Amino acid sequence: MRATAWMGKDSVKVIDVPEPTIMNARDAIVRITTTAICGSDLHLYHGYIPAMRKGDILGHEFMGEVVEVGPQVRNLRPGDRVVVPFPIACGHCTSCQRGLYSVCENSNPNAGIAEKIMGHSPAGIFGYSHLLGGYAGGQAEYARVPFADVGPVKVPDEVPDDQAVMLADVLPTGYMGAEMCDIKPGDVIAVWGAGPVGLLAAASARLLGAERVFVIDRYPYRLRLAREYAGAETINYEDTDVLDALNELTAGRGPDACIDAVGLEGHHGNAAIYAYDRAKQAVRLETERPFALRQAILACRSGGTVSVIGAYGGLIDKFPMGAFMNRALTMRTGQCHVQRYTRPLLERIQRGEIDPSFIVSHRMPLKDAPKGYKIFQKKQDECTKVLLTV
Amino acid sequence: MNRIDGVLLPELDDPAPDPWLPRALGWLSLVLGAGALAAPGHLARLTGVDDAPAAPAIVPAIGAREVGHGLGLVLGRRPAGWAWTRVAGDAMDLALLGRAMADRCGERRRRVAFTTAAVAGITALDLIAATRASRARRARGRLIRIDLGVTVNRSPAEAYRFWRDIENLPRFMSHVESIRAEDLRRSHWMARGPAGRHIEWDAEIVDDQPNRSIAWRSMPGTRVPNAGRVRFVPAPGDRGTEVRVQLGYAPPAGSLGRAVAKLFGEEPEQQVRDDLRRFKQVLETGDVVRSEGSPDGISVRQQVMQRPAQPLPGRR
Repeated sequence: MRATAWMGKDSVKVIDVPEPTIMNARDAIVRITTTAICGSDLHLYHGYIPAMRKGDILGHEFMGEVVEVGPQVRNLRPGDRVVVPFPIACGHCTSCQRGLYSVCENSNPNAGIAEKIMGHSPAGIFGYSHLLGGYAGGQAEYARVPFADVGPVKVPDEVPDDQAVMLADVLPTGYMGAEMCDIKPGDVIAVWGAGPVGLLAAASARLLGAERVFVIDRYPYRLRLAREYAGAETINYEDTDVLDALNELTAGRGPDACIDAVGLEGHHGNAAIYAYDRAKQAVRLETERPFALRQAILACRSGGTVSVIGAYGGLIDKFPMGAFMNRALTMRTGQCHVQRYTRPLLERIQRGEIDPSFIVSHRMPLKDAPKGYKIFQKKQDECTKVLLTV
Repeated sequence: MNRIDGVLLPELDDPAPDPWLPRALGWLSLVLGAGALAAPGHLARLTGVDDAPAAPAIVPAIGAREVGHGLGLVLGRRPAGWAWTRVAGDAMDLALLGRAMADRCGERRRRVAFTTAAVAGITALDLIAATRASRARRARGRLIRIDLGVTVNRSPAEAYRFWRDIENLPRFMSHVESIRAEDLRRSHWMARGPAGRHIEWDAEIVDDQPNRSIAWRSMPGTRVPNAGRVRFVPAPGDRGTEVRVQLGYAPPAGSLGRAVAKLFGEEPEQQVRDDLRRFKQVLETGDVVRSEGSPDGISVRQQVMQRPAQPLPGRR
């Protein structure tokens, strides 16, 4: 079969690999119809996530048709149309039973390495390094889905792939980012990053009753999407001082909650500050460029919540702990517990309460995946989200 | 949690088990020593050295020394050291007897020769006892103890039942190829070694407390003595069961020892930790979890030598 493989820093190729087979009794094999390139795939592309091997198949946002199930999968049968959550979760450990699927205690066969870096191991993720399991990803014709009796959700025919594939990651992730803000009437929410996750976090914040939502980015076309589809007001950090703007917009209070939808490859309006962290990252004195996170902490109202859904992998510098502690902030974080949100969000899509497909800017066949990575990386052609069709 | 409760590896734990030979030699020392102190003249006559002018001084001195050996061997906690003092004493006695034999003849020479033969025999026994005790002490030095725990989202009864069916253990113990239960207590273990080398041993369950704990150990005579205990403790607040494992094994010296060391990996603790992870996976999810990069599931070796995250070739 054809599959998108990581071949080294800034290099992906569509290569021929064997078709997947059932390895565990609870596996299913899915013939993929639509898969997407995620912003976090760019972290792999840029080589910021450790433990990648040449030839690793990428992709953790995919959906398709079940073609084979293991003997213990009773909820699915060949022919079912499903979308697959990106975290792999067993459904039976204490974490899964508490709904914390992205920290499943069993799904990372390489938990030993992850523990050395993170203390404890999170769940395995499709196509996301050997640190997180060494699972083949879904930017391919077929994928093996472990714990198919827990993760995949059947999608009714009337929901098109463009909408359903968003349930694999970006919609639940954005939604969880908003949910972690514990939004109350009158709350003002600020979102750093107008990529797919930031846009869907802003839309979700509105859905959950936020009074006002501010989205911060530097790409006018993305900020336009935030205004037109997510009901947000926007701040371009390249021409506006974000902290001043947020203080002014909230009459000095600051946003009640701040969502970091940027993660480890942030940019900064001030070239000197950007250069400082970029240099430290280049020589691995820190692994992340946490501009958004620092700013979110400084901006947040005292006693407010900082919700982190942007992806981080390692260590950051200059964390404003003084502001964080003295102003009684709360930080809530996590890779999304997608399995918790797929069904309720599918229902919201079916009821027309949210249509996540507004973020899709490009559709192309799987064989063009390298081109998709390039234009997404360079933000060419007003690229927001690339779908690959198989 | 209390540490190892009960002696798991009696042949390796202090005090040395079954030290009948050192003890017997100790009593012999006491008897001989007491005799030499109480009746030095009689002993000197018996051994044929009663004509020596120094005998009245030397014989009680030797007696005192023997009492020292005896007390050390019978009461002391380190038989190896005391056994070697006896060997040294034997060497001294043989040297004295050699000199005595050289300048005697007739009946005295015969007695000295007889005594020399007896002392030589005892020396051989002493050497055996001393080397054996030393070997046991070195084995104790090599003894590897591992003490680890994992929390499993199952009841203590379920976790106990799975473990008690001893033939289940190879499902999560990566280095164990197969276990055959001979009866309810005894089992035969086969472990995979590097370069196709197999290590086999028999083990028995020495303590079985249903739903609480199981202890087992290898039968005497095994080349890799090993033992273990697993306890199933209810985790607080509905968190399942804390499965706590204590393991001890003593790899032998030499090439077999190096093979065993490789078998258990550079970090034996990491291996056991991975075994427990697999135990948790099998109990909670029904199987060892596999990925394309780690098709055989968790293992230290696999973590450093990952294959690319691609489907395995040639399986369809």
